[in-house]
Amino acid sequence: MDLILVNIIDGLVTGLLLFMLSAGLTLIFSMMGVLNFAHASFYMLGAYFAYQISIALGFWMGLLLAPLIVGVLGAGVERYGLRRVHQYGHVPELIFTFGLALLIEELVQFIWGKNQMAYFVPDALNFSAFAIAGNSIPAYKIFMIFISIAIFIGLLYILTRTRVGMIIQAALSYPRTVEALGHNVPLIFMGVFGVGTALAGVAGVIAGPVLGTFPGMAFVLGSIVFVTIVIGGLGSLWGALVASLLIGWITTFAKSYNIEMADILNGIGIGTPENLDESLFRDFWTITSPQIADILPYILMVLILIFRPSGLFGKRHS
Amino acid sequence: MTDQITTDPTKPSERMRAGSMTLSLGPWIVAAVLLAVLPFIFTNNSSITIMNQMWITVIFALAYNMLLGQGGMLSFGHAVYAGVGGFACMHIMNASDFFAALPLPVLPVFGGLFGMGLAMIVGSFSTRSAGTVFAMISLGVGELIAACSVIIVAFFGGEEGVSGDRTYARPFFGTEFLQQIEVYYLISAWVLIAAALMYLWSRTPVGRMANAVRDNPERAEFLGYSARWVRFYSFVASGFFAGIAGGLFAINYEILTEENLNTTSSGVILLVTFLGGVGFFFGPIIGAIAFTLLQTVLSLQTELWAFYAGTLFVATVMFFPGGLAGLMMMHVPVFKLGKARLLILPYLKTLLPALIGILGLSALVEMVFHVRHAAYGDDEMTLFWTTFNSHDILPWVVALGVTAIALGITRANAPALRDAWNEANTAGGSA
Repeated sequence: MDLILVNIIDGLVTGLLLFMLSAGLTLIFSMMGVLNFAHASFYMLGAYFAYQISIALGFWMGLLLAPLIVGVLGAGVERYGLRRVHQYGHVPELIFTFGLALLIEELVQFIWGKNQMAYFVPDALNFSAFAIAGNSIPAYKIFMIFISIAIFIGLLYILTRTRVGMIIQAALSYPRTVEALGHNVPLIFMGVFGVGTALAGVAGVIAGPVLGTFPGMAFVLGSIVFVTIVIGGLGSLWGALVASLLIGWITTFAKSYNIEMADILNGIGIGTPENLDESLFRDFWTITSPQIADILPYILMVLILIFRPSGLFGKRHS
Repeated sequence: MTDQITTDPTKPSERMRAGSMTLSLGPWIVAAVLLAVLPFIFTNNSSITIMNQMWITVIFALAYNMLLGQGGMLSFGHAVYAGVGGFACMHIMNASDFFAALPLPVLPVFGGLFGMGLAMIVGSFSTRSAGTVFAMISLGVGELIAACSVIIVAFFGGEEGVSGDRTYARPFFGTEFLQQIEVYYLISAWVLIAAALMYLWSRTPVGRMANAVRDNPERAEFLGYSARWVRFYSFVASGFFAGIAGGLFAINYEILTEENLNTTSSGVILLVTFLGGVGFFFGPIIGAIAFTLLQTVLSLQTELWAFYAGTLFVATVMFFPGGLAGLMMMHVPVFKLGKARLLILPYLKTLLPALIGILGLSALVEMVFHVRHAAYGDDEMTLFWTTFNSHDILPWVVALGVTAIALGITRANAPALRDAWNEANTAGGSA
């Protein structure tokens, strides 16, 4: 029971972190109809910028400044890159963001090298908040949870309760009409792109000390983020939240409980073959859940796409 | 969709594509002769290795372009089909009884069949829609299979991969494929066969319908074609040829690992194809040759070659979405009008300084890299056959100066080039 609680907290942290990335990605998708492959790269940039700033000005200034810089960079990418490629169609746009992701990774290696950066949890948060049956929960995890929830509530408030949010929502669905009403739609798009990438930057700043700041960090998280928004339904903010939490919990639980495939198969009445070592399916029989924890999201995505192609909360089927 | 991807019958360069199912023999004979003669020109072993790599990439890129260029489907996990085909071939190589009865040149067919089988399974649900959803599924399936490679050790061999020995095959007219040059001719033969088959495929009704579905799926549906099944056929065919490329890879390197399946390999093939140009059949061929050369030559010279490749790729997407083939075909009308020589001088005036400017920029990049990452006290670096101290001010001034001046000249001459280009593309007038 106690372990379940610890895992729930761990899964929540992972899920909310995923959500900060997928929220921006799904907003950008519903806006431009294009998946931003470089989204996780902005997350990585956030971590690296925060590291660089934290050397000079400390962690908190990093938390404040790094997302701003990332957001400005993201807006620049939209204005000078994506808008230019947009005229060629969706596929080149996707390819452009893919190339950008490659380029950012190379750029980060160029500037900071290939090693992990010495970017750590600030001293103010480096203590154990409380303990559940001997498992101490670091205060930093609680801090991550609060930041993510605060951002989610803020985002929800802006999108649904303010005038700006109304205009954004309208521009997502009917860009031409909104333009005809006198709003600067390209500017809105640029803004949303900037805010989306800045959110990814925030995620990078707070995840960097925990998950490590290294050139592969975008790659590690990148494809999981796509899986998340596909499972949640492309363009749905709620779907992104539910899918993020789902993936966070599934992977955490799969890693902490060692369930073996042989036990499951025996449980449903299939006997273990006698000479397992020579069987073609020997690897299938010896699979354990921690082993496949990282590919569970992909399996989930393929299943979702087969049985419910629009995702859990998706409305339109593009 | 873009000009480069859509077939536009008013353009002479694209009208050629909409021909009948005949295969004009000229280019193929030239290609065959070239393939046969090249090892006599580049005799050393390393260049034969490079050429083997190149032709395998050619087949793979052409297969990939069946999806991207001709079918409008962007796949982020196509290495999986080549990889699985390759792994299957490796296992056939290790099945000694069966392999001893099989001539080696036939082996890639099995790779193709396995790639095709996997493509049929995945395609049954992934080809329902094109565009973003297809791209996402391809990425997910790609990641899934790449991740499985570490878990399912029986087939993928885990971390160390699967290796075998091609020489156990039944001798093919006395050849046992002990030497690299024999493998070269095997691969060359397969390049010709596969490329010709893929070209013919693009001329069949299914191939033509793939273009129609790419450009306007709704209209194709109204004409009575199922867009989904057209996509499915393209996907399966592409999987087959990717599997052949994988089989050739297995023959050439005699080892396959997780690297052959992962997203990086899938990304590289996208890069190669797009660099060459997706709008034309021969685009991926140029892309594969250019990229392999770039990779082998640059990676010997600099650690930063991936950075340059990435920059080149992004620049291609932004400024030349037609790729190298698109750039070449842009010049066809000029030659038809007989005004090509109008362009020679403006090209020299603009492109030569541009080249120097780019080399200057890359010199600056290399110097920054050296200053940041070289071991402490190691101040000497060699660049363009000159050795200097990267912490001195003089090399920086020289590099900056050369770059600025060269790019300045390029900028100043660009309008003249644009005028010349317009002039050369206008019929009539003083030629």
